Amino acid sequence: MSGITYQRGREPHPKEHRVVFRNVDRVGWDTGIDTFLKEGGYEQLKKALGMERSAIIDEVKKAGLRGRGGAGFPCGVKWTFIPPGNTKPVYLICNADESEPGTFKDRYILHQDPHQLLEGMIIACFAVGAKLAYIYIREEFPEAAQIVEKAIAEAHAKGFLGKDILGSGFDLEIYVHRGAGAYICGEETGLIESLEGKRPYPRIKPPYFPAAMGLYLCPTIVNNVETLCHVKHILEMGGEAWAQTGTKNNTGTRILCVSGDVKKPGYFEVEVGKVTMGEVINDMCGGLKDGRKLKAVIPGGSSAKVLRADETFTVGRGDDARQLTIRDIPMDFDTMAACGSMAGSGGVIVIDDSRSISWVLNNLNNFYAHESCGQCTPCREGSLWMKKITDRVVAGKASPADIDTLYGVAKNIDGRTICAFGEACSWPTESFVEKFRDELVADTKPELEGALVSAEPLTAAAGLR
Amino acid sequence: MPFTVPAELEAEIDERITHYPVSKRSAVLPVLHHLQHHFGYIGEEAVEWTAAKLGLEPIKVLEVVTFYPGFRQEAPGKYHIRVCRTLSCAMAGSYELMESICEKTGIDRSGVNHHHPIAVSLDGKYSIEFAECLASCGFGPVCMVNDDFHESVADADALLKQYP
Ligand SMILES: Cc1cc2nc3c(=O)[nH]c(=O)nc-3n(C[C@H](O)[C@H](O)[C@H](O)COP(=O)(O)O)c2cc1C
Ligand code: SF4
Ligand code: FES
Repeated sequence: MSGITYQRGREPHPKEHRVVFRNVDRVGWDTGIDTFLKEGGYEQLKKALGMERSAIIDEVKKAGLRGRGGAGFPCGVKWTFIPPGNTKPVYLICNADESEPGTFKDRYILHQDPHQLLEGMIIACFAVGAKLAYIYIREEFPEAAQIVEKAIAEAHAKGFLGKDILGSGFDLEIYVHRGAGAYICGEETGLIESLEGKRPYPRIKPPYFPAAMGLYLCPTIVNNVETLCHVKHILEMGGEAWAQTGTKNNTGTRILCVSGDVKKPGYFEVEVGKVTMGEVINDMCGGLKDGRKLKAVIPGGSSAKVLRADETFTVGRGDDARQLTIRDIPMDFDTMAACGSMAGSGGVIVIDDSRSISWVLNNLNNFYAHESCGQCTPCREGSLWMKKITDRVVAGKASPADIDTLYGVAKNIDGRTICAFGEACSWPTESFVEKFRDELVADTKPELEGALVSAEPLTAAAGLR
Repeated sequence: MPFTVPAELEAEIDERITHYPVSKRSAVLPVLHHLQHHFGYIGEEAVEWTAAKLGLEPIKVLEVVTFYPGFRQEAPGKYHIRVCRTLSCAMAGSYELMESICEKTGIDRSGVNHHHPIAVSLDGKYSIEFAECLASCGFGPVCMVNDDFHESVADADALLKQYP
């Protein structure tokens, strides 16, 4: 197999708590269905098929499972948004687009434990009444697509898919659909358009909430790979027991992906809220490189607002109010939000004092300028202007006033667009300017105030295209 | 290469289309993937063939081809290299890797722009482009050569040696 990171035999870090990643990198484990069946595979499906659909949804609700794709929305609640009395077909889509920079977790499930995902998906389809489901896999995972398709064929052969699954009367087909290299296909309504064979232009909500009007304008549940895997474990443990892991309102385990300036980057499944940022960086990732100091952390995928290493964060209210340093922040949804950022997709990008803030922000702005779908003027024009201005800053051709312009552009995007890409692209710039204005301004030249500078040749010179 | 779709490929494509019982149009991406895999890129004839196959106006296919970075309208080299340029990989040295691959393969990227992101070596053996985050950010710099994935690529020579 070509080039996939198999850290075969790597022992999980003692602070990890592996559920979804139980079999990842495990010696003696493979993707075949026999291996999966030997360890109780598809037993939860058998159990589910004997349950009331509403009872399955109740377990997922009791578990408090929050979506692992980015927004952290409660999964069981989403499932109940299918309009009551609906007579149209219902679809389920597994979002395996994994394209938020800093995020690399779903790839291991797809490559190393596809049956876990299929079992979770089949249970979810049964619970919401979907008879046709798709796994939308990004194009850059060609091998994953093959592995998952082989797993689907194996599941079919054993009667876990197809007509009358295990004699229950429930029919289901699951197909793999491959993307074609566009980040916006991770946004659920863009994904749906893409699956309809079109440009992935996100749809406006309301009215196009997928659970009411999704694929082919029918009720559609879109869930992330990791979220769907958890469904199987919730049935196995029972919702209440599952909710004993993690912390209140931030239950279960989740996978953190750490990249950037640490000694040992990697992926770690932890109980949500039970480890702190300091433990992640210093214990799990071996700390910063020698002689380096922490400068900033982007805690939940590149769209999450940056945290400055020397900030103090006040979380909780009244008697519960506490002051946290960046190292004290527990890795959970609610605290990360209280600190002004988001836990997002679990992608933690660590930045040390050797990095230029202007360069980091410019790299991200290049990403967003490239990936805007172009439907909304604030996002299309704004993302491009943010890139052009930071191109100028990096090239030493910007004036201090440009930083104000940059901030103004960002502030005029979020809240004014069709989809959440608007926020995703403006939050990095907003937060970097708010927290590192001095550093950005230091890279500008006051004497260039009012000068007319074309950004195009700068982009070429800086090799930034 | 003249545009003829071999019978086997067409059979594979026909089977794919059955995965979309509700709407044939949904098969646009998979059909294009099959054609690009075979021909190396999506030319005008491929667009028309796809449109005819799925009963669509050709523009409905062309608008898809022109939107998605995963579809190419020009022939790549025998080995098409995609280097991740997004933050974690850039921090790990992906811009330097790009430069070094270009130097070793004699690829000139000066004509590259948003509409023509790919540069090809003179002998047609290698082509290269930057890609956005390839979802292996902990192990940068990351690149793909055709369908192969490579992580922690420190040495362009060692990489290219695998693709003679
Ligand atoms: C710009 C943008 C990109 C996104 N990319 C992804 C992605 O790559 N993978 C993913 O699972 N969710 C992504 N999402 C979130 C999805 O829209 C959706 O909320 C998620 O798949 C729902 O699954 P969950 O409830 O299980 O988290 C993205 C959202 C936005 C706005
Ligand atoms: S916000 Fe940006 S990505 Fe989203 S629909 Fe508008 S232009 Fe497209
Ligand atoms: S930044 Fe290169 S793989 Fe994510």
